[in-house]
Amino acid sequence: MHELGIVFHIIDSLTEVGKENSLSKISSVTLEIGEVSAVLSDYLTECWKWAVDRTELLKGAELIVEKIPAVTYCEDCERTYSTVEYGRTCPYCGGGNTYLIQGNETNIKEIEACET
Amino acid sequence: MDKFRVIEVKQSIFENNDKQAEELRKELKEQGVYLLNLMSSPGSGKTTTLSRTIEALRDEMKIGVMEADIDSDVDARTIEQLGAKAIQLHTGGMCHLDADMTRQGIENFGVDGLDLVILENVGNLVCPAEFDTGASKNAMVLSVPEGHDKPLKYPLMFSVCDVVLVNKMDVLPYFDFDMEKCKEYVHMRNPKATVIPICAKTGEGMEQWFDWLRREVAQWNA
Ligand SMILES: Nc1nc2c(ncn2[C@@H]2O[C@H](COP(=O)(O)OP(=O)(O)OP(=O)(O)O)[C@@H](O)[C@H]2O)c(=O)[nH]1
Ligand SMILES: [Mg+2]
Ligand SMILES: [Zn+2]
Repeated sequence: MHELGIVFHIIDSLTEVGKENSLSKISSVTLEIGEVSAVLSDYLTECWKWAVDRTELLKGAELIVEKIPAVTYCEDCERTYSTVEYGRTCPYCGGGNTYLIQGNETNIKEIEACET
Repeated sequence: MDKFRVIEVKQSIFENNDKQAEELRKELKEQGVYLLNLMSSPGSGKTTTLSRTIEALRDEMKIGVMEADIDSDVDARTIEQLGAKAIQLHTGGMCHLDADMTRQGIENFGVDGLDLVILENVGNLVCPAEFDTGASKNAMVLSVPEGHDKPLKYPLMFSVCDVVLVNKMDVLPYFDFDMEKCKEYVHMRNPKATVIPICAKTGEGMEQWFDWLRREVAQWNA
């Protein structure tokens, strides 16, 4: 139950944000989750409702997950390609000097909230 | 009417845990307690390695072990029989320990007077890597039968580990495990990681590991 732990951390972080900005209610939370991060967004959504309904600030809040595609860059031929499809080996030149440029994000991007 | 507006948050979902981990690490440093987070796949030999380690170092330092095994207290009892202080943590079915669970464990355990506390994390290579426990350093046990390409499959785990113990060296002849490739792949993830081949079953090749620990604990208390 990895994702439930993550949901609790998101709630804790947003409780802090809520205090700092004197928020009374958060109505939606937008996450950016990379395609190759170890966070599975389907499971997140499942735990979300159960967990937020146990808080005052986030009760009923909607979870929006923006998925970020994983892209790898090849240093040899200076091109980019889909990480999920081709992994570490460049499909253009067969080179292995490659690194991930996006796709492992696990961020809270923004929230929609109401001030007191 | 309530007026809702969009607020940019732009922070990692692990930030809250990372902060708690930093605090715990600082407190342990002040108390002179070195906390090692030991991770691995199930059955790679963590408990056996710990047993050998306790036997070798128990006369030099006070050692405690926190077991986060999900279902049983078998490992904790094994450790206690060797004369080290041990506690079974209850992870509530979680697949990893986070900083807050580690802190609770530490507080229940009582680490006063201990020099080295080893946390046997839950056996998997994904989740424990994402959550900083507040440990001084991270170690993992990779056993020969698991294959030398594990660092390619679990990049995050290997990038957070300071030391990788390659265990079950006695069975090397029966597997196509390539030690040089293994080192190369580990260093791709973390150029500073130390790779130490060991055989926990016989205790062979473990001096380098004991020295690594001795040095770490001494530096932590310096
Ligand atoms: N051949 C060989 N077997 C070993 C070695 N070290 C451990 N084992 C065996 O591997 C099995 C698992 O060892 P444990 O120490 O219980 O592994 P663990 O990582 O603590 O396992 P879990 O806590 O269940 O995840 C046992 O049968 C050990 O005897 C070794 O160096 N060589
Ligand atoms: Mg064990
Ligand atoms: Zn290329």
